[in-house]
Amino acid sequence: MTILQASFIAVGVVFFVAAALAVFRIVRGPSILDRMIATDMLVATLICTFAAEMVYSGHTRSLTIMLILAMVAFIATVAVTRYVSKQDPS
Amino acid sequence: MSLADALDVASLVFLALGALLSLAAGVGLARFPDPLSRMHAATKPQIAGLLFVLIAVGLQSEQWGTVAMLFPILLFQMLTAPVSAHMVGRAAYRTKHLRRDLLVIDELSDAVDRAQRERASGEKRT
Amino acid sequence: MTAERVRSERSTLLLQLPLLIWLVVLWILLWGHITVVSVLSGIVLALGITRVFYLPPVELSGRFNVYWAAVFVVRFLLDLVRASFLVAWQAIDPRGIPTSAVLLVQLHTRSDFIMTLTAEAISLVPGSIVVEVDREHSRLYVHSLGVKDDAEVEQARRIILAAEERLVRALGTLDDVWHINQERRMNGRPEIRLSAKQKRYEDERERHGERTGDTP
Repeated sequence: MTILQASFIAVGVVFFVAAALAVFRIVRGPSILDRMIATDMLVATLICTFAAEMVYSGHTRSLTIMLILAMVAFIATVAVTRYVSKQDPS
Repeated sequence: MSLADALDVASLVFLALGALLSLAAGVGLARFPDPLSRMHAATKPQIAGLLFVLIAVGLQSEQWGTVAMLFPILLFQMLTAPVSAHMVGRAAYRTKHLRRDLLVIDELSDAVDRAQRERASGEKRT
Repeated sequence: MTAERVRSERSTLLLQLPLLIWLVVLWILLWGHITVVSVLSGIVLALGITRVFYLPPVELSGRFNVYWAAVFVVRFLLDLVRASFLVAWQAIDPRGIPTSAVLLVQLHTRSDFIMTLTAEAISLVPGSIVVEVDREHSRLYVHSLGVKDDAEVEQARRIILAAEERLVRALGTLDDVWHINQERRMNGRPEIRLSAKQKRYEDERERHGERTGDTP
C-alpha cells in the first residue's frame, strides 16, 4: 500500500466519522429542526464523499448525482421549516 | 516528480482539508447546544469543505466540461445554504428553540416586546 | 400610447435579459459542452420558463462597477475560508461552547436587491445567520456565533455593514451610495470617490434637501 492510498483511506474515514456525527444528531434530535439540519449536513457530506471517490478512482460519472443532490437537498429543509413555523405559532 | 504526481498530491491535500472541515462541522453539530448554533456549524465549514473537495476534483479532471459542471454544484449549495439557514433560524427563533442563557444580547426580542407594547397601547386608545 | 407600450415591453425584456442570459449559461454548464443544440435549446427553455413562471422583475440599479465587484468576490472567498476555519475551531474548542447574540443591523440601502444579496453574503461569511428581516425599515436581525461582549457585538455589526458597503459599491443605486456617503460624512470617514453622475445626483439631493427624503 502506498502512502497515497493510505491517505485516501484516512480521508474516507474522516468523512465517515462526519456522517456518523450527523446521524447521531438525527437520532438524538431533540427537535425536528435539529434533525433537518443534520439531514442537510448528511447530504452535504455525501456529496463530498462522492467527489472523493471520483478523485480516488479517476472517473467523473458521479458528477450528475452530486449536482442533483446539491439541487434538491434544500427543498426538504424549506418544506419542513415552513411546516414547523406554521404548526407552532408564537 | 511529474506534473500528474504533483496534481495528485495537491488534490489529496484539498481533499484532506475538505474532510477535516466536514468533520469539524459534524463535531459542531453534535456538540453545540441549540439549533441556531448547530446551524452555524452545518453551513459554513460545510460550504468551504465542499469548495475544497470540488477543487480537488477539478485538479484531477482533464476535460473542461467536468470543471464547468463543478460550478453549478457549488453555486446551488452556496445559494441555498443561506436560504435554508434563514428558514431554520427563523423557525427556531419563533418556536423558542434556543438557549437564552447563552445569548449576550437579544435585540430581536426587544423589538418584539416594543411592537407588542405599541399594539397593546394602540388597542387601549381606540 | 402604442409607442409607450412598445417602450415598456422593450424595457421589461431588457430587465429580464440578465436573467435570460444567466439561465442559458446555467443550461450550458449543466450540459458541460457548447454546441448549437445546447445553446438553442437553452434559449428556448429560458424564454419558456420566464414566460410560464413569471417573476416580478428584479429592480437592478443599472450601475455596475467591475473593480468593486471583483473586490467583493475575492474578499468573500477569503472570508468564507476564514469563517469556516473559525467555526470549525469553535466546534472543537476544548474550552467549552461559545456564547452568541441576536443583533439588529440597520442597513443603509433601500433596495430589496442589495438587501437580499447582503443577507446571502453575511449568512456565509462572518459567523452569522439571518433570523428575521424587516423589509420596511431594511433591518436585519442576525444571530452571531462566538460573540462574548458588547465590543464584539459592535464588531460583528461593523463587519456586516462593511459587507453591505462593498456590495453597494459594486452594484448599488446612486441612492444607496448617497446613504453610505451620508453616514461616512457623519463619522468623519472619507467619502466614496464620486463619479460625475453620482456627484450630480448628490448635488441634486443636497439642493432639494428634506423634500426628496425617502423615509416618510
